[in-house]
Amino acid sequence: MDAMFYVAAAVAILATVMVITRLNAVHALLYLIVSLLSVAVIFYTLGAPFIAALEVIIYAGAIMVLFVFVVMMLNLGPKTTEMERMWLVPRMWIGPCILSAILIAEVAYLLSRAGVAGKGTFSVGPKKVGMTLFGPYLIGVELASMLLLGALVGAYHLGKRERLEIQDVVDSDATRIASGGDLVRPGVGGPSRAA
Amino acid sequence: MLRLLWLIPAIPFASSIVLALVGARISKKIAAIIGVASIATSTVISILLTWSFLGSSLPKNSYTQVLWTWINVAGFHPRIAFYLDALSLVMILVVTFVSFLIHLYSAESMLESEGYSRFFAYMNLFVASMVTLLLADNLLLLYLGWEGVGLCSYLLIGFWYSDFKNGLAARKAFIVTRIGDTAMIVGLFLLFQHLGTLHIQELMRRATEQWPAGSALPIAAAALLLGGAVGKSAQLPLQTWLPDAMAGPTPTSALIHAATMVTAGVYLIARTHVLFTLAPPVQLAVAIIGAATLLLGGCSALTQPDIKRVLAYSTVSQIGYMFLALGVGAWAAGIFHFMTHAFFKSLLFLSAGVVIDAMHDEHNIFKMGGLRKELPLAFVAFLVAGCSLAGLPLITAGFYSKGLILSEAWSSPQGSAILWLAGVVGVFLTALYIFRVIFLVFFGEPKTPVTKRPAYKIKIPLVVLTVLSVVGGFVNLPPVLGDEPWFTRLLHTALPSVGQEHFGLLTEVRSEEFITLAFLVGLGLAYVLYHRRRQWVEVLVGNRAGKALHEFWFSGWGFDWYYDKLVVQPVMWFARVDKSDAVDTFYNGVADLNKLLYRGLRRTENGQVRWYAASIAAGTVVFVAIALFL
Amino acid sequence: MSIEVMLNAAGLAFVVAGAHWWQPDGQVIFIFILATAAAEVSVGLALLLQFHHQNKSLDADAASQMRG
Repeated sequence: MDAMFYVAAAVAILATVMVITRLNAVHALLYLIVSLLSVAVIFYTLGAPFIAALEVIIYAGAIMVLFVFVVMMLNLGPKTTEMERMWLVPRMWIGPCILSAILIAEVAYLLSRAGVAGKGTFSVGPKKVGMTLFGPYLIGVELASMLLLGALVGAYHLGKRERLEIQDVVDSDATRIASGGDLVRPGVGGPSRAA
Repeated sequence: MLRLLWLIPAIPFASSIVLALVGARISKKIAAIIGVASIATSTVISILLTWSFLGSSLPKNSYTQVLWTWINVAGFHPRIAFYLDALSLVMILVVTFVSFLIHLYSAESMLESEGYSRFFAYMNLFVASMVTLLLADNLLLLYLGWEGVGLCSYLLIGFWYSDFKNGLAARKAFIVTRIGDTAMIVGLFLLFQHLGTLHIQELMRRATEQWPAGSALPIAAAALLLGGAVGKSAQLPLQTWLPDAMAGPTPTSALIHAATMVTAGVYLIARTHVLFTLAPPVQLAVAIIGAATLLLGGCSALTQPDIKRVLAYSTVSQIGYMFLALGVGAWAAGIFHFMTHAFFKSLLFLSAGVVIDAMHDEHNIFKMGGLRKELPLAFVAFLVAGCSLAGLPLITAGFYSKGLILSEAWSSPQGSAILWLAGVVGVFLTALYIFRVIFLVFFGEPKTPVTKRPAYKIKIPLVVLTVLSVVGGFVNLPPVLGDEPWFTRLLHTALPSVGQEHFGLLTEVRSEEFITLAFLVGLGLAYVLYHRRRQWVEVLVGNRAGKALHEFWFSGWGFDWYYDKLVVQPVMWFARVDKSDAVDTFYNGVADLNKLLYRGLRRTENGQVRWYAASIAAGTVVFVAIALFL
Repeated sequence: MSIEVMLNAAGLAFVVAGAHWWQPDGQVIFIFILATAAAEVSVGLALLLQFHHQNKSLDADAASQMRG
């Protein structure tokens, strides 16, 4: 069990490093999928089989597939690869690296203080998870469902093809009117009549 | 009767306020009536008070009228109170009377000028301040009057403010006298700190008790007060403002810069004579300043072409005589000369005003001539006043007062032969310069035609002052000429007498003889140089040495130049260097720092999501760190 | 993509904690994180599409019209 944990952890870390250093978006995505799968393995070794399954199905299966679809739709060409190469220079990642280093140090400090956590050999099954979900965490479930509903509506809305060109918005009265987030007109479609 | 004392300053003060408030809306006639009548009332009250004062016998020969306590803080409680003794009585009598005559004169002479009621407002305020100064029973109230006359002097010199030069002259006068005023206020601080009071009589008493003669404190205090007196009275080294002050209207020059304000310094020294007696070096300094100034003034007056500037330097010189008298301890003699000087100097100015007006504003004596036929009254007035100034023996007031001073200068314990000699040379110079003017202006060929002649409001003061310039001296006859020193006897109730006199080589008669001789020599020389052989003057001034001397005397012995190089240029240099103001840099620096920070912060609002995300991340890290470690 | 990594890592931490104490709560929270990630991804990608449509590139700095 231990060996499997360490192997899976190594694969996860390696895959994640590859994600952030690839120039091609699709390559990065594929490495991300690998990373997610290895994390699912880690979940299994920790005694959370239900979550491992969920990770594979939802995260790697649905969310990543969505990612891949969108990236394919963007049709990024060699120009984008060039831009990425330009951006992947030390000057760019030194700042985030420093911040991350500080964070890692803090986490390490915390962990060192907290004491060693033992490994649980007992696994928590799906039945127990379900009972907790619809028991004490019921409100969370409802909220999550509302969140998903909101995301659904928002994604549908934002995904529409006919959009205002940015210039129309800049020139129109809409920018002068102080209103919150009115960039997008609800839509009968077509350019704003206020322009 | 004596209780009317407070009205003497109050009435002119009230009338000046009235004129200031409604002056623009009332006719000139009403303004003149208000202005002149208020001073007339004050004069009448002064005369009544004189009568009453002389008739009654008062304790300590003085009368104090307390109005109210001005300030009351931590043991310092000066009052608004008026103190009448022989000294202040004489002075307010002369001041109000001469002021009245000059106001009457100016009612007519200022008719053509704009700001008629403003003029009377200022003049009345001046008289009120001067009388306050004279009657003050404590040094703080005196200082109030002192500042008041300084203010009015500034306002009146720059009366015709639309001409920039007048403003400059007024500013110069104010600044130079300010230097003296600062010395004086420091002196007042010193006196209060050590003696605990500013009430004059009390102060004098405590000073004699606590301070031994010749010690440092009275010397410091007296020297500082002398600084103030020197500034106000235009003596060395602060005499530079008076000649330029002639930019003001002629009645102003007559009143303020001849008869009254410039004698405030003399009054101050006489009032605080105890301090000066306790500080012999300072008293000697007073005498030396007086002697030096009278020579300086005389020499400079000799070279001026502007008639009013001649009279200004003459004033400087004559006040030098008064300082000389005070310096040798002849307090009463100084005040006597003040009185006669008030008469003849104001008369000189008033008749000069008539001449200037008649010549259509021409001031240059070399452009005048032969006026004795055209303006007979002015001629007689100027002549009599000039003779009185120079000290024509026996029949002029100036002779008696000057003679008294010079004989005291010789014979007093603090006097010396050198001081006496300076005074005699001064007589010669005085005769020379005033007869120069008389011969150039009133004799010879007419150069500019006469356009205006005076009317009765001008004639009356001229006549009255002419008479006074003649008989004014008779109130104090020296031993050899009748021995009736009535005036000095009166003043000795308030001021000490000279002390052990020693005559030595020179008796009073001899001194008078020398004075007469000097007078005649001066008169004769003036006659020759300016009436008969004017070309000799050209020769004298034409050669190089003469020209240099002439330039030197003309510029008032170069004082303006010294002060410019010594004080004005360094201050201007420093102002230029400090153009961006070192102190302001601190405040601007705070603002600039803010601007810098703002600009820095502004760059964070760049609309780039990357930047915002990065700052959120950084912030999170910081907060985690704080949560962990603090 | 980095956000996905981060969310994943946080979820991992929760599950580990839950396993340590033998409670199902860690897994429950991981489910919520999952739901959140899904919602966020869908909306985010839609925005990304819009962004690309407007600015023709994926340079984040191109969208700096709110600068001041």
